[in-house]
Amino acid sequence: MSKTVSERPPVDRRREGPAPLARSRSTKTPLGWWRNPWRRPRILATITWGYIAWSLLPVLIAIGISFNAGRSNSVWQGFSTQWWWGHPQSNPSGALFVSPELHAALLQSLRLSFLTMFIAVPIGVAFAIGISRWRGPAPAGANFLMLFSFVIPEIIIGISMFLFFTYLLKFVHLGTGAQLLALVTYQVSYPVIIVRARMLSIGREYEEAATDLGASPTQAIRRVLLPLLYPAILVSFVLVFADTIDDFITVRYLSGGSSTEPLSVKIYNYSRGTLTPAINAAATFLLFSTLVIALLGVFLYRRITRGQRAEAQEMTGYLT
Amino acid sequence: MNILPRRRSRDEASGAWYPRWYWPGFALPGTLWLLVLFVLPFYVVISIAFGTVDPVFQSPLPVYEPWWWTKRYLAQEWHFATGEFRPVELRTIVYVILATAICLVFAYAVAYYVARFGGKRKGLFLALLIAPFFISYLMRMLSWVELLQPNGYVNSVLTFLHITPHPINWLAGVPFTVVMGLVYGYIPYMILPLYGFLDRIDQSHLEAGRDLGANRFWTFLRVTLPLSKPGILASLVIVTLPMFGDYYTNNLLSGSPKTTMFGNLLDNSMEATGQGPEAAILVLFLVVFLMIPMLYYMRETAKAQRNQ
Repeated sequence: MSKTVSERPPVDRRREGPAPLARSRSTKTPLGWWRNPWRRPRILATITWGYIAWSLLPVLIAIGISFNAGRSNSVWQGFSTQWWWGHPQSNPSGALFVSPELHAALLQSLRLSFLTMFIAVPIGVAFAIGISRWRGPAPAGANFLMLFSFVIPEIIIGISMFLFFTYLLKFVHLGTGAQLLALVTYQVSYPVIIVRARMLSIGREYEEAATDLGASPTQAIRRVLLPLLYPAILVSFVLVFADTIDDFITVRYLSGGSSTEPLSVKIYNYSRGTLTPAINAAATFLLFSTLVIALLGVFLYRRITRGQRAEAQEMTGYLT
Repeated sequence: MNILPRRRSRDEASGAWYPRWYWPGFALPGTLWLLVLFVLPFYVVISIAFGTVDPVFQSPLPVYEPWWWTKRYLAQEWHFATGEFRPVELRTIVYVILATAICLVFAYAVAYYVARFGGKRKGLFLALLIAPFFISYLMRMLSWVELLQPNGYVNSVLTFLHITPHPINWLAGVPFTVVMGLVYGYIPYMILPLYGFLDRIDQSHLEAGRDLGANRFWTFLRVTLPLSKPGILASLVIVTLPMFGDYYTNNLLSGSPKTTMFGNLLDNSMEATGQGPEAAILVLFLVVFLMIPMLYYMRETAKAQRNQ
């Protein structure tokens, strides 16, 4: 056994060091480059940057098209803001903020997203707190239900809700009410999952310390647990908003008429028919409002976590 | 002066006293919401699937009592599912497998690069990888619809480089376009979980592999890959579940019956009236078909909630 070891030529590790010494003559040939254990991962870097370009460039082009001077959706014809708030020659009342149809849809999008956000997040946060402290077999069942609503494909929720409101709960008319009930049902699991992850990393010690010092259970939650959960609650708000304003699968079946269709559904309907840059403007508007909410979230997150152990990666950690 | 409520339960861990309904009270609104608006609608779906049909309008008549359930329409739909719909189902499975495989190769490469070699740029990379989450799925598809138009930029580049003499009509039922659309749509959802797992792998494991004589390739195959297996499985499930219900990618990028997927069957059954309980039965089929991956995903999520 020792023979095989001694047969190896002695290796001077220092000479293989990473930076300048590793660039020996052999690394200049392709085979030498391939064999060099400290070579930079060029292939992976190319794939990564290529992927990033492929994933974001089309969207940037689409945003650019919303400022198109012509009516084409595929070719750039000069800059103008006519598809946002102007009166384009080819379609005088077709601009996003001018067209009564798109304008109403825009308001419907914002209404649905804000309402969903303010209903789903409190219910979800309360559920997450309750479920992680409540003992016995019942919480496991409730958690199962919540996870099921999380993993099920959205189209199934959309269709079952449509059938539910058409055949059983007939007093809920298709429209804003039905849309809202379905959206909250689909979104309520996000805050639960995010808040539970945060509760695990917090542990129970702070709450126990509070009760030991004489706080009532409600005081312990309100003054100790909730402040610790603020970052997670904030992330939930942002994610639920971003997901709801883009949602068209559930909402489309429950619109009932074109007057309650939000912008996302309009974009879907128009994408299959006649496209104008106003549709790009509508999609850009959705993106912009999501960005505003996300930036607001980042700003508040910074303010809240100023005194705490704040990690930039924690926010992204919720997504993984 | 007894301010504590009478009925209370002792919490084992903390020793604090809580009213018995204190914690369940928190979970009650969410639980009730799901019981009424998630479980009950699904019961309606089952009642329609096992129900009958109005003889005049051909609209479904749900039967809510299990003892009156009939399997007649279910059997009829099963007949379609094993006959007329068979090509659609096979196509769906082929498209989903292809798209998922392509997703996995590129998502793994990107996640691996960012996790291991991201270095100082990790924050920038993560921001760029998360960006698609905040861009609406519709907008991302819309941008490809515009790029792939007959006079769009993809065709102008291809004809400029003389790769094709004439512009290709990418949006007229080309399977390649649909699979690419699926990859484009779902790959962000795969990269982040993979990154999460790969980032947690201890670098010293890799160093140990290299010290023990394995080269890059074997270190990857025998150390990194086994350690990231749970991440791979989870991300596969995350991506394939919505793909099986996807109709919009297909409708936007092709719209041709040549590329119809199972999601399109569901959507078509919703848009056409007088199809009886078809939509409900197709939903039921899809849920049964996806039950195993869904349960796997739920188990993994529940596990992550217990010990992180």
